Amino acid sequence: MNIRTIPTVLLVVLGVSVAAAQSDPVKTREDLMKANNNNAKVVVQMMKGQKPFDAKAVEAAFAQWADTAKQLPNLFPDNAKTGGDNRASPKIWENKADFNAKIAAFAKSVADNRDKAVASLDDLKVAIPVVGEACDNCHKLYRLSRR
Amino acid sequence: MIRNLILLAVVAVMLALGAFWVLTIPQTVTDDALQPHKANIANGKALFYIGGCASCHATPGEKDRTKLGGGLALKSPFGTFYPPNISSDPNDGIGGWSEAQFITAMTKGTSPKGEHLYPAFPYTSYQRISYRDLRDLFAFLKRLPAIQGPRREHELAFPFNIRRLIGGWKFLFLDGLPFQPDPSKPDDWNRGAYLVNGPGHCAECHSPRNFLGAIISELRFTGGPTPDGVDWVPNITEFKLKDWKEADIAEVLKTGTLPDFDRVGGAMVEVARNTAQLTDDDRAAIATYIKLLPPVEGLTRPKKK
Repeated sequence: MNIRTIPTVLLVVLGVSVAAAQSDPVKTREDLMKANNNNAKVVVQMMKGQKPFDAKAVEAAFAQWADTAKQLPNLFPDNAKTGGDNRASPKIWENKADFNAKIAAFAKSVADNRDKAVASLDDLKVAIPVVGEACDNCHKLYRLSRR
Repeated sequence: MIRNLILLAVVAVMLALGAFWVLTIPQTVTDDALQPHKANIANGKALFYIGGCASCHATPGEKDRTKLGGGLALKSPFGTFYPPNISSDPNDGIGGWSEAQFITAMTKGTSPKGEHLYPAFPYTSYQRISYRDLRDLFAFLKRLPAIQGPRREHELAFPFNIRRLIGGWKFLFLDGLPFQPDPSKPDDWNRGAYLVNGPGHCAECHSPRNFLGAIISELRFTGGPTPDGVDWVPNITEFKLKDWKEADIAEVLKTGTLPDFDRVGGAMVEVARNTAQLTDDDRAAIATYIKLLPPVEGLTRPKKK
């Protein structure tokens, strides 16, 4: 592969992922939420002493959560109310401004707590419940129970 | 002959109305039913959290969950309920109530004015709470901030807006019994049974209801639609929780974390924030009791759209 094709490949990859988000926002948001959950599992296991503290893994978790927070506002268009596991509450589209404010609060919580979380296990134990509260503040209104 | 028949019909209707009137008289608890009591504020605080008072009565949007100004809209098939101000304010809240009036509201569903309260306020469960615990809770509530603001009237469809009819509902669905421990079961199970069925009022959401809005007793704890009809509350009997351990239930109540590291949602978010304030022993007792609920399938959730 010569040096010129690399940007082209990157652009194509980027284009495909943007197109995927636009064509199937339900799948995209579900995949993001599943990734969020997998990273939550990693850090909670550290907090419970089931896994050793690993600052790199915590950093990766926060990076992924930040990416989710960035993408989420574009993943609930009017034509994506149903489909997939469909745990998105219809209330999202009745209160879009509040819903987006909850996402913004999650994004801020992730940004504000990242440095603390990667510092040490004790700091992680303080930081994660704060981020979890931001998750819950949205889920309590806008996520339906699982089937 | 015709005149006699009409007279008979009139008498029958009057007797029926009289019987209805007597049966629907709001019940009260009087001061002389209460022995001297020294309030245990720490216990009252624990009751406040297990009772979930703030979930309905906290001022909407208020981060401090001890500001109980009321006003949250609760949508139901009967209309919209607005939980009242239960702050310590003497005019708008319960600051001017006597202990007997508080116990009356909690166990008989009757207001100090002698009106029936709607069973959206779960006195069907709260009637199981001991007088000792109720008095501790009342003492704790009176120490919380006074918030001004009168109650907002419920917006209910006819005939549900006629309070006297709640007397008929209570005749059918409010048994008036305190908690009855089962001496054949261990103490922690009994403690869990008390917390779950009394102050915790878990079954109030985790059970389906009949057309009059009363819990279908044989389907207790099997979950059902949320009052607004948008979501579904899960079955918490062994039918659904057979793969869970007691520790998994206790973990949900402490941190809101599910066994697969996902988190609880819906109204359970507030519940978990409340139960996080309990002792490990009380959470373990609740888990013991829940884990031993016999498996019952419950209603089928409608297919997703």
